[in-house]
Amino acid sequence: MVAYAIRRLIQAVVLLVIVSIVTFILIHSAPGGPAILANPDLSRDQIAQASAQLGLDDPLPVQYGRWAGNVLRGDFGVSYNTIEPVVDLIGARLPNTLLLAGMALLLGLVIAIPLGVVCALRRNSWLDRAVAGLTFFGVSMPVFWLGIMLIILFSVQLRVLPSGGMMSLGEPFSLWDRLRHLILPVSVLALGNLAELTRYTRSGLVTVMSEDYVRTARAKGLTQRSVVVGHALRNALIPVVTIIGVMLPRAVSGAAITEAVFSWPGMGQLAINAATTRDYPVVLGTTLVVAAVVIFSSFITDLAYGYLDPRIRLG
Amino acid sequence: MTVTSIAPGQPGRTVARVRPPARSFWRTAWVRFSRNHVAMVSALFLLMMFVVAAFATSVAPQDPNRVMILNQHLSPSGEHLLGTDESGRDVFSRLIVGARASIAVGLTAMIISIVIGSLVGSVAGFFGGFVDTILMRITDGMMAIPYFFLVLIVVAVFGSSFTNIVIVIGVTSWMVVARIVRSDVLRFRANEFVTAARSIGAGDGRLLVRHILPHAVPSILVAATLGVANAILLESALSFLGLGIQPPAASWGNMLSNSQAYIWDNPLLPLYPGLLILLTVLAFNFLGDALRDALDPQYREGGH
Repeated sequence: MVAYAIRRLIQAVVLLVIVSIVTFILIHSAPGGPAILANPDLSRDQIAQASAQLGLDDPLPVQYGRWAGNVLRGDFGVSYNTIEPVVDLIGARLPNTLLLAGMALLLGLVIAIPLGVVCALRRNSWLDRAVAGLTFFGVSMPVFWLGIMLIILFSVQLRVLPSGGMMSLGEPFSLWDRLRHLILPVSVLALGNLAELTRYTRSGLVTVMSEDYVRTARAKGLTQRSVVVGHALRNALIPVVTIIGVMLPRAVSGAAITEAVFSWPGMGQLAINAATTRDYPVVLGTTLVVAAVVIFSSFITDLAYGYLDPRIRLG
Repeated sequence: MTVTSIAPGQPGRTVARVRPPARSFWRTAWVRFSRNHVAMVSALFLLMMFVVAAFATSVAPQDPNRVMILNQHLSPSGEHLLGTDESGRDVFSRLIVGARASIAVGLTAMIISIVIGSLVGSVAGFFGGFVDTILMRITDGMMAIPYFFLVLIVVAVFGSSFTNIVIVIGVTSWMVVARIVRSDVLRFRANEFVTAARSIGAGDGRLLVRHILPHAVPSILVAATLGVANAILLESALSFLGLGIQPPAASWGNMLSNSQAYIWDNPLLPLYPGLLILLTVLAFNFLGDALRDALDPQYREGGH
């Protein structure tokens, strides 16, 4: 298990280094350079001076080495636009994105697992068919559109929920207020995960229910309930654990779009602004941190998978 | 069902029925496909969308980009079937022209992802060993990163021209295709007909292209259909963030993005483009699912 964990950890780190190099090359090969250098008020000399000061004249490998060395010491540089340390910018936004994505995943699991169980136990019932149909809608719906529609319904028409942001302006922080602001974005994001999680729970349980040990459990007189909960479900949820790992990159992407719809101050917003103004340090910082969060979460999911199913790490 | 069943256990059916004349793979698939009503409706809907998109500028009743400031937010009428937007432009005409953008991006990006995916998948599956390990590591790596952020960077940095959008979507969505093609190639590589072809002197390239890849066509077809759906969604998300098709040119995504500012004045405005995205993507997904059922009946019977 330890060897397996180390192997996966090395892979995760290598992947992260590759992501950072690709991002670095991509952004530095852009025509034009950072937006602050395109300021028409600056003279040619001033631009050249600023460019030299930011180290943009050095060869790319030198620049990358310098940046990577600083990152290893915990220094992500300073935003070109606001002169704030990138670490502070990310520190202020990352928890908001994690809150959004985490709550959405939790809500998805809480609804999807029972739903998937019922569908698996009553295959081809009206509920099972309805869920199968809704799954198609779930994967085909543009999340941002659903967000706008919910805003129109709950904020514009019914006026019961706020249309965006994290808190009401001019009011002190309160848990209730935060929750009210979370309801719409979390539901929108959760709905995207819901369809897939339900499907995987269902197919996992359907497969497991035909196993010999389930028949044995039945044969020794256990109730349906304890057969399902005590024996089948544990194994049926193993594939669900992996699918969470697969879904994470998409959940973060979905969060970026959901943030734009609900003006939620998270990593997505930060990354989009930085990318459009070519704020190199912020772009590199956000991409690296988001990639790190996703890659290490899927590393942990893999470990959980290996722990739950010994065949994986031994095979 | 067209499949002959031998049912020895049933009384009165002890004699195996005579096999019906063998029908070609594609014909059997078509028979199965055409029985699926949802799929047929989806196919018809998409056909209609293709025609509308192809002749968008002639079909649109009004100039989609003509600004009429005095006609802001008009309700639907005979002249403006779905009303007008914040600049007095005809919403119906813009939706029609937007269809062209979405479908063109969807199809082109899908072709790119299919080409890359098939290439990676078939090379990995056919040659195996070290090549396979390297290619599949890259595929896994691509799947594990939140590439949406990379897509954002690329379009923000290199500009959001049609070509850039299509390339970036294609290059970030070939991984599923690669895995499917690889597993198909692995499955057929060991077959006798491949050994036979090799024994009469066929080279690697010929074996792969003429003898193995044709067997992967059904899976590729399914992946392609689902890939268009995915690409259309991705383009609309980029346009929504202001990084896709640039206004004043209309795309469903940028129409949605615009409309969000006017939900208090004109709450119907965001309804139409979103509904069209939903219906089009849904139709591609239904079609892909039906193709899978038609081309690979074991998939459904396998209990998935």
